[in-house]
Amino acid sequence: MTGKTESASPQEISGVFRGSADGATALSETALKEKAKKTEQGIAARSIPTFIAGEELADLADTDGRIVVLTADLASAGRTIDFATRHPDRFFNIGVAEQNMVSVAAGMASTGLRPFVSTFAAYLALLCCEQVRTDLAYTQMPVVMLAHHSGMTLGYYGTSHHALEDLSAMRGIAGLTVVSACDANELRAILRACIGHDGPVYVRMGRGRDPEVYADVPENFAFGKAIRLTEGSDIALITTGSQVRPCLQAAEDLAGHGISVRVVDMHTVSQADAAEIKAAVDDIGTILTVEEHNVTGGLGGAVAEVIAEYGKAVSFRRHGVPDVHVTLGPPAALYAHYELDAAGVANRARTLLQHTRGNSS
Amino acid sequence: MAVTHNTEPIPARGTRERGDLRRLLEEKAKLVRRETVRLSRIAGAGHYTGTFSCAELFAALYYAQLRFRPDDPGWADRDRFVLSKGHAAIGLYPVLADLGFFETGLLDDYTRLHSSFGDHPDMRKVPGADFSSGSLGHGLSVSLGMALAARVTASSYLTYCMLGDGELAEGQVWSAAMAAGHYKAANLVAIVDRNQLSIDGTTETVMGVEPLHDKFAAFRWDVRRIDGHDYDQILDTFAYARDRSDERPLCVIADTIKGRGVQRMELDKDWHVGNLMGADYDDVMSEIDAGLQPVRSLA
Repeated sequence: MTGKTESASPQEISGVFRGSADGATALSETALKEKAKKTEQGIAARSIPTFIAGEELADLADTDGRIVVLTADLASAGRTIDFATRHPDRFFNIGVAEQNMVSVAAGMASTGLRPFVSTFAAYLALLCCEQVRTDLAYTQMPVVMLAHHSGMTLGYYGTSHHALEDLSAMRGIAGLTVVSACDANELRAILRACIGHDGPVYVRMGRGRDPEVYADVPENFAFGKAIRLTEGSDIALITTGSQVRPCLQAAEDLAGHGISVRVVDMHTVSQADAAEIKAAVDDIGTILTVEEHNVTGGLGGAVAEVIAEYGKAVSFRRHGVPDVHVTLGPPAALYAHYELDAAGVANRARTLLQHTRGNSS
Repeated sequence: MAVTHNTEPIPARGTRERGDLRRLLEEKAKLVRRETVRLSRIAGAGHYTGTFSCAELFAALYYAQLRFRPDDPGWADRDRFVLSKGHAAIGLYPVLADLGFFETGLLDDYTRLHSSFGDHPDMRKVPGADFSSGSLGHGLSVSLGMALAARVTASSYLTYCMLGDGELAEGQVWSAAMAAGHYKAANLVAIVDRNQLSIDGTTETVMGVEPLHDKFAAFRWDVRRIDGHDYDQILDTFAYARDRSDERPLCVIADTIKGRGVQRMELDKDWHVGNLMGADYDDVMSEIDAGLQPVRSLA
């Protein structure tokens, strides 16, 4: 059995891995009931297929002859197969050779094409880090990386398949836009922005079925411009990608306890929105960053850099995966263990607020 | 009106035209070697030997084979050339300047602060450089991308990629070779400058690359092995590359001698990077001007 495409997948992502045309049909009945129950309790939003890039790009490619899509033997897992069926002449499966895929895409882009490469985030960001730096960023090739199954979404596949260092590695590369998609509609906005962007983009994507955050494609989406999702005065949760939804849920829970929370979707991590971060410092003064990533070097690092240079006193904590290789378990269990579910985020927010109030009293 | 270079068929072996072309290429190879020596002195060090080994190949590519327009370097239908062994850029810049892609005088600032010309080529700064290189092992992948792109856009250009032999130890080369064979990239030509040495010694002692013909053939390539300093063999093979009807990509293994053209450097690993000073500089220039002499170790 090869390393990256085992047929036996974690149950929670089976719909994605089996590559059914309709991801929803692959969810077991039990899972659907469980989901409905959770929604009823108001602790989970509607979960929707997130890997819409294949379909969205196929639509765009109907009128844009420059778009080509490449994968590294994960056409089904990343749903680029939806592009392949409609534009087979512009789809290239490069096999299990991610570095080759990135450099091939660079060569394609140099001729005027707009390549989108798709595979696990762990391999795009870590295995291909040097190809990304040298062949995409240094050359400013307009190649878009669809880095799916980021963070620890691959659960008990273990550290080899996790990408908890990708934001850190990619953020350190000059001339590369690094952006997270928290749901399907934000991914649509990102893909459309990529078409008009003349440089490489690393798009960090989740597990394939992610709870909805945006009911529609966010309007006026722009790289580097954060989206303030809720207004609040006690604490600001600055988050990205897969953690946006848990933060919103935590904000809801905390509101029930009289705590007013501002939630900021900092989708672009490479050029973190300094104005929005400074606004959180000035308006609130208590800031928690939340990310499915090692606490070192990712969103928390990016926000900390802005805060430190701003030079104003602030109560600040980074929340993410501690600086360890995570323990084994299915994704949901890992989120609970590392307090990256709504309850965990709410707990961390309360702890920080207690600390803030303790200091100020 | 932009002029396209090298649109004429390569003259047949034994004709007067072939002889004229060969004499031209001999002069251009001297230019490559002379400028490599001159520019290395500006920088204080240079990749002499890995550039000398492909001087004849550079000359034949740019003055007989590749189709391009110096006054329109971005011409969409130009043949592509990716110098995967980017450390030979010092020999490519003078050729591009000679062809009119940019002013030769710009090379006087080679490697100095803010120069466009470094030890490895930057496509965003060097007109005529089709891709940036320097990190070994990437170029064949990039070239395959260009070749597959031609398929998407129904373009007829060919993509040429020059690789070093030491570079073949990079795994990505073989990922690219495998994919090129798989995709039947007939519009892709790889040229391996088989100059026998990498930095630490001969490839066969550091990391053996042979049997090269069999390796590429096994990866579904059409393979030709030639003497990379023999213009007749180079030109015959280039003519074949243009006219062949084969669905496989073409690999030209060019057997060369690292340091060829300057006897003290031939097959001497210590001249991979070096710096000629004083009388040595003048001696070497004279030796280059005299043209290729028999290889000392074989004489």
